[in-house]
Amino acid sequence: MLHSEVKGKLLAIVGAENVEDNNASLLAYSYDSTARFQALPDAMVAPRNTEEVAGVVKVCNEHKIPIVPRGSGTNLCAGTTPTKGGIVLIFKHMNHILEIDQENLTMTVEPGVYTKDILNAAIDVGLFYPPDPGSMHISQIGGNISENSGGLRGLKYGVTRDYVLGLEIVLPNGEVIQTGGKLAKDVAGYDLTRLYIGAEGTLGVITKAILKLIPQPETKKTMLALYEDLEAAAETVSAIIANRIIPATLEFLDQATVQVVEDFAEIGLPVEAKAVLLIEQDGPPEVVDRDMDKIEELCKDNRAFDVQVAKTVEEAEQLTAARRSALSALSRLKPTTILEDATVPRSEIAKMVKAIGEIAEKYQLNICTFGHAGDGNLHPTCLTDARDEAEIELVEKAFEEIFQQAVALGGTITGEHGVGMMKLPYLHLKAGEHGIEAMRSIKQAIDPNGIMNPGKMIEPKGRQRMVVEHQ
Amino acid sequence: MNIQEKQQIQQAFQETMDYDELMNCTRCGFCLPSCPTYIETGRNEVHSPRGRIALMKGLVDGVIEPSQEVKDSIDMCLGCRACEPVCPSGVKFGRLLEQARDAIYQHKKQTLPEKLIKGIFFKNIFPYQNRMMGVTGLLSFYQRSGAQKLAQATGVMNLFPESMRSMEKVLPSVPKKSQMKDRPRHLQPLKLEKKKKVAFFSGCLMDTMFMHTNDATVKLLQYAGCEIVVPSLQACCGALHGHSGEMEQAREMAKRNIQAFEEVEVDYIISNAGGCGAFLVEYDHLLKNDSEWSTRAKRFCNKVKDITSILIELDFHKQPLSLDNQIVTYQDSCHLKNGQRTFMEPRQLLESIDGVHYVEMKDAGRCCGSAGIYNIVQSEMSMQILDYKMEQAQNTKAKTIVTANPGCLLQMKLGIEREGRSNEMEAVHIVDLLLQAYENVNVRSNLHDEAATYIRA
Repeated sequence: MLHSEVKGKLLAIVGAENVEDNNASLLAYSYDSTARFQALPDAMVAPRNTEEVAGVVKVCNEHKIPIVPRGSGTNLCAGTTPTKGGIVLIFKHMNHILEIDQENLTMTVEPGVYTKDILNAAIDVGLFYPPDPGSMHISQIGGNISENSGGLRGLKYGVTRDYVLGLEIVLPNGEVIQTGGKLAKDVAGYDLTRLYIGAEGTLGVITKAILKLIPQPETKKTMLALYEDLEAAAETVSAIIANRIIPATLEFLDQATVQVVEDFAEIGLPVEAKAVLLIEQDGPPEVVDRDMDKIEELCKDNRAFDVQVAKTVEEAEQLTAARRSALSALSRLKPTTILEDATVPRSEIAKMVKAIGEIAEKYQLNICTFGHAGDGNLHPTCLTDARDEAEIELVEKAFEEIFQQAVALGGTITGEHGVGMMKLPYLHLKAGEHGIEAMRSIKQAIDPNGIMNPGKMIEPKGRQRMVVEHQ
Repeated sequence: MNIQEKQQIQQAFQETMDYDELMNCTRCGFCLPSCPTYIETGRNEVHSPRGRIALMKGLVDGVIEPSQEVKDSIDMCLGCRACEPVCPSGVKFGRLLEQARDAIYQHKKQTLPEKLIKGIFFKNIFPYQNRMMGVTGLLSFYQRSGAQKLAQATGVMNLFPESMRSMEKVLPSVPKKSQMKDRPRHLQPLKLEKKKKVAFFSGCLMDTMFMHTNDATVKLLQYAGCEIVVPSLQACCGALHGHSGEMEQAREMAKRNIQAFEEVEVDYIISNAGGCGAFLVEYDHLLKNDSEWSTRAKRFCNKVKDITSILIELDFHKQPLSLDNQIVTYQDSCHLKNGQRTFMEPRQLLESIDGVHYVEMKDAGRCCGSAGIYNIVQSEMSMQILDYKMEQAQNTKAKTIVTANPGCLLQMKLGIEREGRSNEMEAVHIVDLLLQAYENVNVRSNLHDEAATYIRA
């Protein structure tokens, strides 16, 4: 519970209607989308502007109260779940698109704007904001930046990081800084913009962002390629890239995933295929046609038994929307879905898919795999039941092996979901002890009191690993 | 809430909630943008489907104890089930909500309006069609005798919540009791050869206050080539009971209806109220713990169909239909859309009418805030939702707002009245509009009378 003095200060800053500490509110902000992680905060606080954020942060810093910034709670690494009370900071009031600058091709937004609304606002003026995480219709841009979210278009267009030009940040001491700007070039000092992208809210609170927009692609085509076996699909991915074609989207789904997605979406997906590639190309019509013809040829050369090109825009959108639902749809099969995002260089996709299959076999687990094959980012998803402790133990072992395998192939433990609490124990596999030490020094320098999203990404030196209240 | 009450509620949650269904929610958040109360409360997770499921689970797990705020969250839910079609995990939220309300209201003291409505109407009136006629007969007397004018003039109505006050003004004039009773129960197709034999589920409110719409439904079915039976022993569908935590009552209603409709051999059971239909198709779930009844319920459920759905199936929309030139918009019935997944059919029917310029309103699929007795017990939120709805309706410049459920129809009428636009806008049930469109082209006025004679013969 918040000390009454602290609560009084918070109320004075944001107003009574923007502080909630009744038990329903505490529970409703005790989780994100990550299975098996849940802990109650002491209060939910909803500031209305940067000044109020700064005021709240100052109070918390003074009283050493943890702050967990949270968007829509779609996080998949327990990055927005409280760990030891404190306040959950939400951005429901700070949800405005402040400016679309058509001369500089930028959009300035507050952190609470939905990603999808940013894309739509860009499209309305003939521009494009490419990052499209699976949950984009509900995820907030502040969260996307803090997690450096990826998406289906990562292969060709990059990720959130590639579209953030500048930030306004409230530091853990309550001071407000501006980084970057509407600038294509800016080398004035350390690149703090980049430091805060993907910092998972551990270094401060993002209160404003300047995003880069690009011209809207003229056309887009979507196709499905169907395979009898997983490896043929993985080999196609390598073949496409090797032929110097970069598709806008190159998604991979295994049979189990296709089956559940079809159960949900009912759009006639090919449930008979062992593996499916969802491929999209965009750009000028002649380039799109040429690339799609070539891709079709490559698919067939690599043993695709069927290739289907979407005939209409609606059909194409149905396909990508269906893919976005894959994760949640998988949860129809078992009560708990634990999803990872191990990522490898794309040349290693076939090996990684094979390794996941072997690990699943070894531990007798049901692991479905889908993901962004084009950028090497896979989503092995384990279907289990959180109530079955013996199986959960096996799941953890299996994932540890998957991480080790990914790193051994030159990959990483997480491509786009972040470390959070969930992958904190595995960060050393990728970053190494010295790497973690460097990160810890940065954290210590900027947030000496450790108030910003504690227990996420890295542990302060000397402290035992946080015990998390499991659901 | 005192300690004993809290304990009882917590225990009731543990006994009542389907824990597997609670576990099915992966908390992905895909439901959030579909939830009217999440939107209207300015993104308050407590008033979202994901938040409500977390609260239910939290109560079962003992992570939190029952509180006024928890109850408010469950009460504030419209039960519109807009979260169901968008849920990739396929969580049956409507069922969870019913269980949660059941658990709360087994022990929670209720407010006066809740008690009045549930005590008098749910237990003593809706189940008995003759009493429904009696009550609506009273309303009829109220309207005809001048008492309504008197009440309005004296300001007695000011004692009631604002939504009820306006509602009183927009209630349709109720037919006389004699008119309600004297109606045929077996009718033959008109003009076409017989294509299907159907039973008509007439509903409690629909068959009294909206009797003319029921008559219009039967006539449309006749024109579409149906032989129609209207079983006399049928009762209220039980939805209002089920949605307010009165599960036992609801099961009783269900059994009576299953029995009543078993006595006739038909292809379909037709409903013209989205709210009733969605409850009828869930009878098998409602009676799932009763082995004898659940099989009978399944048979019943498989036959239930909305009027708009059978009209499309029988190609009714391919006949000439015509109305005066006008812009028409459609407000989805949540339960027709989310419960029965019927939403293309009404639009298809409207678009097939000559003279109708159909304009889809923004968020047509979002609940209008009527939601059973919600607009009475959660008046403030209901009116907030209605204001948004009317803004969208007005943006279409429609003259006619079409609905497919009596609750939505009343709410739309209420909205028009509140905005002071009753001169330029009207709300109608889709079957009334369709019948008019059909008869404009296909039936000369004298033939209409002949048909009527024939029906009653």
